[in-house]
Amino acid sequence: MCPDSPPPQAPDQSPPNREVLSAGDISRALRRIAHEVVERNKGAGNVVLLGIPSRGVELARRLGALIAEIEGSEVPVGSLDVTMYRDDLRGRPTKTPHQTHFPSSGVDDRVVVLVDDVLYSGRTVRAALDALADYGRPRAVRLAVLVDRGHRELPIRADHVGKNLPTSHSERVTVRLTGHDDVDDSVTISRREG
Amino acid sequence: MTRHLLSVADLDDDALRSVLSTATEMHDVQHRAVKKIPTLRGRTVINLFFEDSTRTRSSFEIAGKWMSADTINITGKGSSASKGESLRDTVRTIAAMGVDAIVMRHQASGAAHQVADWFDESGVATSVLNAGDGTHEHPTQALLDAYTLERRLGSLEGKRIAIVGDITHSRVFRSNVLALPRLGAHVTVVAPPTLMPSGVTAWAAADGFALADDLDEVIDSGVDALMMLRVQRERMAGGFFPTPREYTVGYGLTRDRLAALTAHNPDAVICHPGPMNRGLEIAADAADAASSLVLDQVSAGVAVRMSVLYHLLASDGTVEGADLRREGRATKGSHA
Repeated sequence: MCPDSPPPQAPDQSPPNREVLSAGDISRALRRIAHEVVERNKGAGNVVLLGIPSRGVELARRLGALIAEIEGSEVPVGSLDVTMYRDDLRGRPTKTPHQTHFPSSGVDDRVVVLVDDVLYSGRTVRAALDALADYGRPRAVRLAVLVDRGHRELPIRADHVGKNLPTSHSERVTVRLTGHDDVDDSVTISRREG
Repeated sequence: MTRHLLSVADLDDDALRSVLSTATEMHDVQHRAVKKIPTLRGRTVINLFFEDSTRTRSSFEIAGKWMSADTINITGKGSSASKGESLRDTVRTIAAMGVDAIVMRHQASGAAHQVADWFDESGVATSVLNAGDGTHEHPTQALLDAYTLERRLGSLEGKRIAIVGDITHSRVFRSNVLALPRLGAHVTVVAPPTLMPSGVTAWAAADGFALADDLDEVIDSGVDALMMLRVQRERMAGGFFPTPREYTVGYGLTRDRLAALTAHNPDAVICHPGPMNRGLEIAADAADAASSLVLDQVSAGVAVRMSVLYHLLASDGTVEGADLRREGRATKGSHA
């Protein structure tokens, strides 16, 4: 996710770098979300998981494996890059887009679960909804996130949340995932520099 | 990357890699049912072409339209330039309308640089994209050539690429020798002595390319790609070769040379920036061969120009981090 411009906040008194989710916590949260997705859709036969790069892709892959374990059948997993649909490109460094990959099943008349690591302003999800509309017409679109840190700027909410994490704008939430960052899974919270 | 793209040299290594990586994603837009992304909504791009063009002008127009920019075409013949208006007045008039970018092709080398200098001096915010200036440069052609070759050959590291033909008048060559060696390719430039620019020996040493005047020797040594250049008769004022037939015998990609190329390397490919003089620098058999990437280059032209417009107009002109596909990330963890 991209940081949005934070308004000035009162100084934070929390420790400089605090782990809020361990590898075990993340594993349990994803397993719970996998069960929620199956329950919500009365199975997973019509579900497509689309990860929002970069770490949403890894999370979608893991969710797909967990749902397959629960249901006993594979779930289509893909990725949806939203760079070209963002509303905050101007005046910032150029972002090189990641790959968009859709499962061969497509998304028409499917239940698409968008997967991201952190839900913050909601602008990334808004961009994802716009991008998705250019690829097809899902029957429903749902949102699964590992962390919801609040401070929404758009009327967007997640359907499946690993952890609700109250934060201030002056804090930074950092997600690390094995398989993406070559370090152990963790979610930490720290003071923003500057 | 600066706010203008006048030369391949305007791209640092990160920007060069980012442009090519982004083009890969833009290429996918060409195969969608909805060929439209909102990235440049509200931006206006003028294609100002003082020379004839099919590929470059139409691909810039398509690129802009597919990115939701408003694109307008102006040709030298149909503009007030034909009434005697100076280039400076023409571009200042266009910029005064509030356009975000001018994509310019001009017969004079350095014309795009001159326009960018005028804009910079007078504080005009309009970006300038060089779509070919005389015999100087054609940066987006080199970018699409590199992109096309990478898609077919994989990484260009260590690949042997020969650029053949009218080197003296070729802006495509000048841009390609600034791009391909930086991507790891070993470039050899092949031309008759009359079509090699003066001072090319020192230039080759500085930019890291080799020189040759025997095309058959180069083909026999084994190459991964042959880039044939158009013989630009419209820029020739004197006798650079005795007859077209003699040029073809010495430097054309004939049916026999195509066979030799494939015999030495079955995976070797052929490029040509177009338009082709069939029967002069390239035989029809070669132009239409399975190893010909000519139409791939045209297709890539739209994707690469979308990428370039994105890099110039959708951000502050810098590139965030390095190429995302490189191994060894500079930072670990996502931040929000």
